Amino acid sequence: MDNPVVDAMTRFRLNAEPVGVNPDVGERLSDSLRERLGRRDVKVGCNAGDCGACTVLIDGEPVCACLTPTQQAEGRQVETLAGLAGTDADALRLAGCFLDHGAAQCGICTPGMIVSAVALLRRVSRPDAQQVEDALGGVLCRCTGYRKIIDAVVAAGETRAAAAENMAVDDGHAGAAIRRLDGAGKVDGSEAFGDDVAPADALVLRIIRSPYPRARFTLGDLAGWVADTPGVEAVLTYADVPGENRFGVIPAFADQPVFAEVETRFRGEAVAAVIGTSAAMRRFDPESFPVTWQELPAMQSVAEAQAPDAVQLHEGREGNRMCGGLVRCGDAATALAEADVTVEGRFRTGFVEHAYIEPEAGFAEIRDGRIEVHACTQAPVMDLDALEIILGMSRNDIRIVPTGVGGGFGSKLDLSVQPYLALAALKTGRPVRLTYSRTESMQSTTKRHPAEITLKIGADKDGRIKGFDFRGVFNTGAYASWGPTVANRVPVHASGPYRITDYRAESAGIHTHCPPAGAFRGFGVPQSAIAQESLFDELADRLGMDRLEFRILNALKNGVPTVCGQVFEQGVGIGACLEALRPAWHAERAAARAHNAGDPKFRRGVGIAAGWYGCGNTSLPNPSTIKAGIRPDGSVVLHQGAMDIGQGANTVVPQIFATALGVPVHLLTLIGADTDVTPDAGKTSASRQTYVSGNAARLAGEVLRGDILKRVNAGDEARIEFAGEDIRVIDGNVAHELDLAGLPVDAEGYVLRAEETYDPPARALDENGQGVPYAQFGYAAHLAVVEVDIALGTVKPLKFVAAHDVGKAINPMLVEGQVQGGIAQGLGMALMEEYLPGRTENLHDYLIPTIGDMPPVETLIIEEPDAHGPYGAKGLGEHVLIPTAPALLNAIKDATGIRLTEVPATPARLRAAIKEAAHAQ
Amino acid sequence: MSYFVPTELGEAIGLMAVRDVNIVAGGTDFYPSRVSGPLPDDILDVTRISGLTGITRVGDGIRIGAATRWSDIVHADLPAAFAGLQAAGREVGSLQIQNAGTIAGNICNASPAADGVPPLLTLGAKVELAGPDGTRQMPLASFIKGPRQTALRAAELVTALHLPLPPSHARGAFEKLGSRKYLVISITMTAVVIGCDASGRIDFARVAVGACSPVALRLTALEDDLLGQIPDAIVVEPHHLAELAPISDVRADAAFRMEAVGEQIRRAVCKAADANG
Repeated sequence: MDNPVVDAMTRFRLNAEPVGVNPDVGERLSDSLRERLGRRDVKVGCNAGDCGACTVLIDGEPVCACLTPTQQAEGRQVETLAGLAGTDADALRLAGCFLDHGAAQCGICTPGMIVSAVALLRRVSRPDAQQVEDALGGVLCRCTGYRKIIDAVVAAGETRAAAAENMAVDDGHAGAAIRRLDGAGKVDGSEAFGDDVAPADALVLRIIRSPYPRARFTLGDLAGWVADTPGVEAVLTYADVPGENRFGVIPAFADQPVFAEVETRFRGEAVAAVIGTSAAMRRFDPESFPVTWQELPAMQSVAEAQAPDAVQLHEGREGNRMCGGLVRCGDAATALAEADVTVEGRFRTGFVEHAYIEPEAGFAEIRDGRIEVHACTQAPVMDLDALEIILGMSRNDIRIVPTGVGGGFGSKLDLSVQPYLALAALKTGRPVRLTYSRTESMQSTTKRHPAEITLKIGADKDGRIKGFDFRGVFNTGAYASWGPTVANRVPVHASGPYRITDYRAESAGIHTHCPPAGAFRGFGVPQSAIAQESLFDELADRLGMDRLEFRILNALKNGVPTVCGQVFEQGVGIGACLEALRPAWHAERAAARAHNAGDPKFRRGVGIAAGWYGCGNTSLPNPSTIKAGIRPDGSVVLHQGAMDIGQGANTVVPQIFATALGVPVHLLTLIGADTDVTPDAGKTSASRQTYVSGNAARLAGEVLRGDILKRVNAGDEARIEFAGEDIRVIDGNVAHELDLAGLPVDAEGYVLRAEETYDPPARALDENGQGVPYAQFGYAAHLAVVEVDIALGTVKPLKFVAAHDVGKAINPMLVEGQVQGGIAQGLGMALMEEYLPGRTENLHDYLIPTIGDMPPVETLIIEEPDAHGPYGAKGLGEHVLIPTAPALLNAIKDATGIRLTEVPATPARLRAAIKEAAHAQ
Repeated sequence: MSYFVPTELGEAIGLMAVRDVNIVAGGTDFYPSRVSGPLPDDILDVTRISGLTGITRVGDGIRIGAATRWSDIVHADLPAAFAGLQAAGREVGSLQIQNAGTIAGNICNASPAADGVPPLLTLGAKVELAGPDGTRQMPLASFIKGPRQTALRAAELVTALHLPLPPSHARGAFEKLGSRKYLVISITMTAVVIGCDASGRIDFARVAVGACSPVALRLTALEDDLLGQIPDAIVVEPHHLAELAPISDVRADAAFRMEAVGEQIRRAVCKAADANG
C-alpha cells in the first residue's frame, strides 16, 4: 500500500454484498454497521467488550464490533445475524432451535449468541455443552440463565443431519409449551429495541450529569455556548420544563426532578441536556459543557443519613426517613421469651444493578401537533401519566409507543430517557434520539435496595415457630421511586410462606446520596428471604431437625392464616413445592456426604430455601384491560398491552385469550401497547401480567365468544372456526355461518369486539398490616448444590432443583425460562453482584453471571390451581429468585460450616470467614 | 484527522515522529477507555505492518510479532513451556477479545492485572522496540514501569517479543482467580514454568504473579528455593512473597490476595509438574 492513510471510503463485504462506508476516524464498526449501513441487528450493550451483544464475524471469527475500528474491516468479510439468518444453514438451524428451546427471552443478546454459535458450528459440527460454554462465554445474557441457550446450540449441532424439525402445531391453548409468538424477530435480528427505531435524521441528545454524589452547580452562558458550538442546536435545563420538574412512580412520593435545579443528590443526576446533530454529538466532549461544580459532603450509608446532624434530602422526611411498613399479629416479644429455642442474626445486602443488556434508549418526535415517545419501557401508561405532568400537556396530546424491551427486571418501570426526549422534541421541533451509555444506565437508573436486617426467630421444642421479630432498614437512595412499595411488601412477605402466629415485621426506607433504589424483581423480598431462610436453617439445626422437614412442618396450608390474617381456602402450594424437593434433598445430601468423606479441598454442600410472593399491587387497585376485535376479513386482533420485557406476555396473554375464545393462538393478530390504540394493561411488575392481564384476556375472549355464539344461537360447547370472511360455528351436528362482511364496521375497523377489565380483589391493610394484601400468592422452593474451594473461598454451584407452584403453567417452556433466568439473578446476587456508586459503573467491574457460572436447573412445575387465576394460573416472574440466594448461602453453610450474613459471598469474604472460624476453634 | 494503516514499519515510525497519533491494534483496551468522550483525531493502526504479526522460531527462541492476536498464540504449536502463556491467552476476556487483542497491546496497556504478563515473565520475555533511532531490546520486567506506564520513548513502537526457549523438559501452567468464569479481571494470577528431573524433583523454576503488585513480578527467591523440591511438597513462605504489594479494591482485599496467591502458586507448580509426568 503506497498511501498509508486509508481511503476515506472503507470497503468490505457485509454478509453477501460489497459495501462502502465513510466512517469517522476510528469509528466503531458497530456504529458504522448500525448507523451507516442500517444493520441494527448488531446490538450495543456496553461499548467496551464486556457484553458481546455486538458480536459479528470478521473473516469468520467472532469479534466485538464495538471494539473494532471500521477501517480494520477494509477488504474483509463481515457477517451479522441479519445476513446469516437469511442464508446460513447453521444460523437457520440455530434460529429454530433457539425458538424451540425458549433460548431467546428479551432477545437483545440473541444476535451475539447466535453469531458466536455460528462460528462454533462451523468449527465443531456437534459441540458438547462445554464447547458451547467456551464459545459463548463472551456474550452476557440477563434473562435466560443460559441453560436453554446451551441446550439450543447443542441441539442445533445434533439436528445437523436430521430433517428440519417441525414443532407439532397445536392450538397453543393454556398449557401448551409453544414457541414465543414474538420470537421470529428475536432470532433473525429484526426486532426493534429502543435504540433501533429513530429516523436517520434525528438529532442526538446527551445528558450532562453530576460527577459527584452531592454538588452545587452553576451553569455558564448556555446561549453563548450553543451559538459557539457548531452542530449543537439547543440545551435543556430545568427552566425548559413546562410542567412540573418532578416525577415519581408513586404520586404521593413524587420527588425526583427531571433536571436538578441547584444541588444534585446522587452521582449521575442530570443537570442539563445537549441536543445536536449526530455528527456534532459524536465529537462532543461532555467535559466541554459550561458548568462548574462545588462538591458537597455526601451521605452514602443509612447510618450517616440517620445521624442527628445529617443533611435532610427532602422536605417533610425527617431523619431522611421516606416511609416505613409494619405487619404485626399475636405477640412476638412474649412468644420469643417463651420459646424453647431462639436464633437471631444481622444480615446485610448491597445495591444490585439490573444490568439488562439493553441500555435505556428511544426517540421522540412531534407528529400532527402531538408528542410521540418511542422507547423501551415496562409501563407505557405510567410513562404517559408522568409526561402529562412534566410537559404540562393534555394526555390526549401524548402518545407512548413502546419499542422492544431488552430486559427490564423492574428498572424500566421508572422514567429514564422519556422526559428528556419529549422536552427535546418540543424544544427543537425535530425528532431527537437518546441512548444511555452503559455507565449512564448504571449511574442513573434504579437499583435493588441495600438492606440491613435484624431478625430473631423462636420455636418450641416440637419445631413450631414461636415468635418472629424482623427489622429491615433499606437504603432507598436519593429519591423514592418504588421505595415505598419495598417498605410495604417486605413486612408482608418477611415471614416466608409459613404459619407464624406471633409476628412483628417493621421496615423503613432511608434516603441517602446514592442512586435511587427502586423496583428489582422481588421488591425487597429477596433480601428479607436471605435473613429468614438462613435463620430457618439455624433454627432447624438447633432443634436437631431435618432442615426440609422443619420447613414442611411450618409451611402454610389452605385455611391457615398468613401473618396478615389472610386465609386462603385454596391454592396454597408451598407444601407441595417443599415436598417435591424431598427426593433430591436426600439424594444430594447423601452424595455430598460421600464426596466430603475424605475431607477434600473442594467441599460440597446442599441448601434449600423457600419463598412466596403476592401477585399484583399490595392492597391497591391494579386493573388490566384487554381489547380484541374481529375485522371484516375475519382476522382476529388482540390488543395485547401487557409489556413483554422478555418474560413472555406476548405469548402467554394470547394463549389465554385464544383458549377463552376457542380458536388456535396462531390465528391471532397481535397489536402491542401503543397508548393510542391499546388499552392499559398495567405495568409489567409485581408478577401480575399472567394473572391480571391474563384474566382480562380470558374475560375478553369469553365475551367475544359469547357474542359470536349468541349471534348464531349456538350452545356454549360449540366450536368456532374462522374461514376468510365467515365465522363457522359448529354446534353438534349443526354448522352455522356468520357473515362478517354483512356486519357494521366500527371506527377501529372491527365488526365484533370485546374490551374487558380485571382488577384483583385485594383490600387495604389496617394499622397492623392485617387485611387482604393480594388475591393470590405464588410459591417456590429451591435446592442448590455447591462446591466450595476451601483454600480460595470460591463457590461453584453445581446444580439447582427448583419447585414452583404456578397454579397452571400456561406455557411450561416459558415457565422454565423464568425459573432459570431468575435463578441466575439470584446466583449473581448471592455470589458476585454489588453495585458501588462511582466504582462499579461498567460490566467489567460489576460482574453478572456468565454462561460458565450457571449450572443445570431441574424445574419442577407444581400446579396447585388458584381460584382467581386464569385457568388457575399464578404469577411467577419474581418468585423465581427469592429462594435462590438463601439456598446458596445455606449450601455454603452445609459445605463449610460457615454462616455468611452478607452478600455477595465473594471469594475474599468467604475465605475470611473460613479463616476466622478456623482461628476460633 | 486521519486513520493511518501503514504496511511498513518505517512509515509508522515516520508518522509517529511528526504527528500525535494514537496507536490501535486489537482495540480491546483502546475503546473501553473511551466510552464517553470523542475518539482521538489521528489513529495509527499497526495491524497491517509487515512483520508485526506471527510466531516464528528465531535461533534458540520464539519471536512473537507485536500485533499477534491472543487466539493465534492459543492455537499455535508451541513447546510445553509455553502452556502457561497459552492458558493465559484463553483467559484474556473472551473469545471475542482473544480474536482481536494483541500480545503487545496487553503489555503496552500495562495493567497490573494483564493476563499476559506473568507468563511472559516466566518465559524471560524481551521486548523489541523500534523507533527513529533504530531498534532496541529490553527485558519485559524493565519495559513495564508501573500501572499504565512503559519505557516506550516518543515515536517508538513495540515490534515483537522474544522468548528464549526454556529447557525442553520444562512445562508451563497458569492459574487465574476471579469471581466468575469468563470475562473476568483477575483477583490474582500466577504463571509458572517448571522442570523436574528424573527423580521428580524440581530442577527448573520460574514463578510470576500478577494483580498483586503495581507490575507483575517474578518471585526469584521462591524460584531458587523450589529447586530440589518435590512439587507436591513445596512450601511458599511469607518472605517469598515479600515483594508483592497487593491493593484492596472491589474485587478483593489485599490480605486475601496475599493468601490466595500462595495457594495459586502451589497449584500452578503441581499442574505444571503433573504435565511433566
